[in-house]
Amino acid sequence: MQQTDRCFRFACLACAALAGWLMLGVFVQLGAHSAAAWQRFGLGFLCSAEWDPAQGIFGAAPAIVGTLLTTLLALLFAIPLSFVAALFVTEAPDCLARPLSQAIDLLAAIPSVIYGMWGLFVLAPIMQDHVQPLLAAIPGSTRLLGEDDNGFGFLTAGLILSLMILPYMSAVMRDVFRMTPPMLREAAYGAGCTRWEATKDVVMRYGIRGILGGIFIGMGRALGETMAVLFVIGNMMQLPEGLFSGGTTIAATLANNFAESQGLEQSALFALGLILLLMSFGIQVAAQYYLHLTGAKRGEAR
Amino acid sequence: MNKNIKIAARHLNFYYGEHQALFDNNLDIPEHEITAVIGPSGCGKSTHLRIYNRIFELYRNHRAEGEVLLDGQNILSPEVDLLQLRRRVGMIFQKPTPFPMSIFDNVAYPLRLHYKLSHSEIEDKVEEALRGACIWDEVKDKLRQSGMALSGGQQQRLCIARAIAAEPEVLLMDEPTSAIDPVATLKIEELVLELKKRFTIVIVTHNMQQASRISDQTAFFYKGRIIEVGATDQIFTNPRNKKTEEYITGRFG
Repeated sequence: MQQTDRCFRFACLACAALAGWLMLGVFVQLGAHSAAAWQRFGLGFLCSAEWDPAQGIFGAAPAIVGTLLTTLLALLFAIPLSFVAALFVTEAPDCLARPLSQAIDLLAAIPSVIYGMWGLFVLAPIMQDHVQPLLAAIPGSTRLLGEDDNGFGFLTAGLILSLMILPYMSAVMRDVFRMTPPMLREAAYGAGCTRWEATKDVVMRYGIRGILGGIFIGMGRALGETMAVLFVIGNMMQLPEGLFSGGTTIAATLANNFAESQGLEQSALFALGLILLLMSFGIQVAAQYYLHLTGAKRGEAR
Repeated sequence: MNKNIKIAARHLNFYYGEHQALFDNNLDIPEHEITAVIGPSGCGKSTHLRIYNRIFELYRNHRAEGEVLLDGQNILSPEVDLLQLRRRVGMIFQKPTPFPMSIFDNVAYPLRLHYKLSHSEIEDKVEEALRGACIWDEVKDKLRQSGMALSGGQQQRLCIARAIAAEPEVLLMDEPTSAIDPVATLKIEELVLELKKRFTIVIVTHNMQQASRISDQTAFFYKGRIIEVGATDQIFTNPRNKKTEEYITGRFG
């Protein structure tokens, strides 16, 4: 009996430790393989916008800026959308809330390559035919939009990303709204709040950390998303010239170039990978931290 | 005995879905008095109280039948302005419910909700309400701190300050000291006695000493029915109903 317990314990420990070792291993490998690029370009690698494999010059700026821009756009659309969706499914009658929240959850089941294809064949043409002319009609908007008019680019990528991160963010926010103590909600209504006032002044403030945690989770996913972006971003190693200009992200750059790369270019791609990992790692840590804070606060409030 | 009746409940029935929780409740709440509502757990005393500001309506399939007359007007009628009703009838809950904002904002919040006031007027009224709830001296130096950082008893008095800031006519208290230590409880009881000069108070309590210490009138609930209502002295010294006597002598509950 004791023997089997010890075996079981060892097996559990080994599995749990594996996660930590893998994490560490990935960092070490990325660090080792990118060493050549860091030695050659130093921290200037982060700022340089030139990517010329023929001459052996590599800079990460277009990919980094592109990643940040698509993520930012995705959050811009997804935050209000997921907030309102989460609010609705917590307040709506059960017969409406259940199918709707299941539908939102199912958005997460769509493979990202399907999102990419949908973006390429449906969303991009719509952007080209309808949205772009509309926006271009606004005087002075060309500086913001860029010169391209093929429907691809950062705005389209951001829109697709926002749909992809919506279920994750809205699930977290839904939990936040649900864990507000019923008595606190009653107190808000008892003080004479309308539904909107009770939500914005009491429920939302009470769960603000959880909401931030949810936003961070969405952000982490948007940063690393590859396939869907690859289809519509345009894949050009250049800094963004506007919302409809072609560009690239770190993940898209890796997916496009890694297979044929060698030597210094491969090392530069590893360096990009390390940057992406650090970015999403930092955001995951922040997300966990904020969600942990809400858990702690919940315990104290009970 | 010519008391002004502030609230009159008439033939109140209450349902949680199919389950009937209150049966033909009739109760007069005299103005500027403290009415204590006592009874064993699950007897419907909180349910009864929660009809007075229609807070039960937050939940689907909670349903009240009958009439509750506030100054003669039936508040259960659909024409009643809910927000206005809840300004007139404030509520204190079983656990302190400070809003996640500063001490000052907690009290200023209902003021901003219901009145259009200048900033200095709000400051004056916040101070007045905090003094009224006997908590001003403890918080005057930390008005910008979160209301959730106070002790339980202080939080409850903050909630009382928040409730009286809106200048209600009636205060409903649903076991306001059930989550609070004995010393803080006594403080709140003194405060409640002070408040009855300005407000009509209905307090649900599990604590019979509390009911006998502070209330003028006591209503005994049992299984959703009002068994006996009378002056607190009479209920506690000379109850007419056998069930009431058994309850206040601690034979069940």
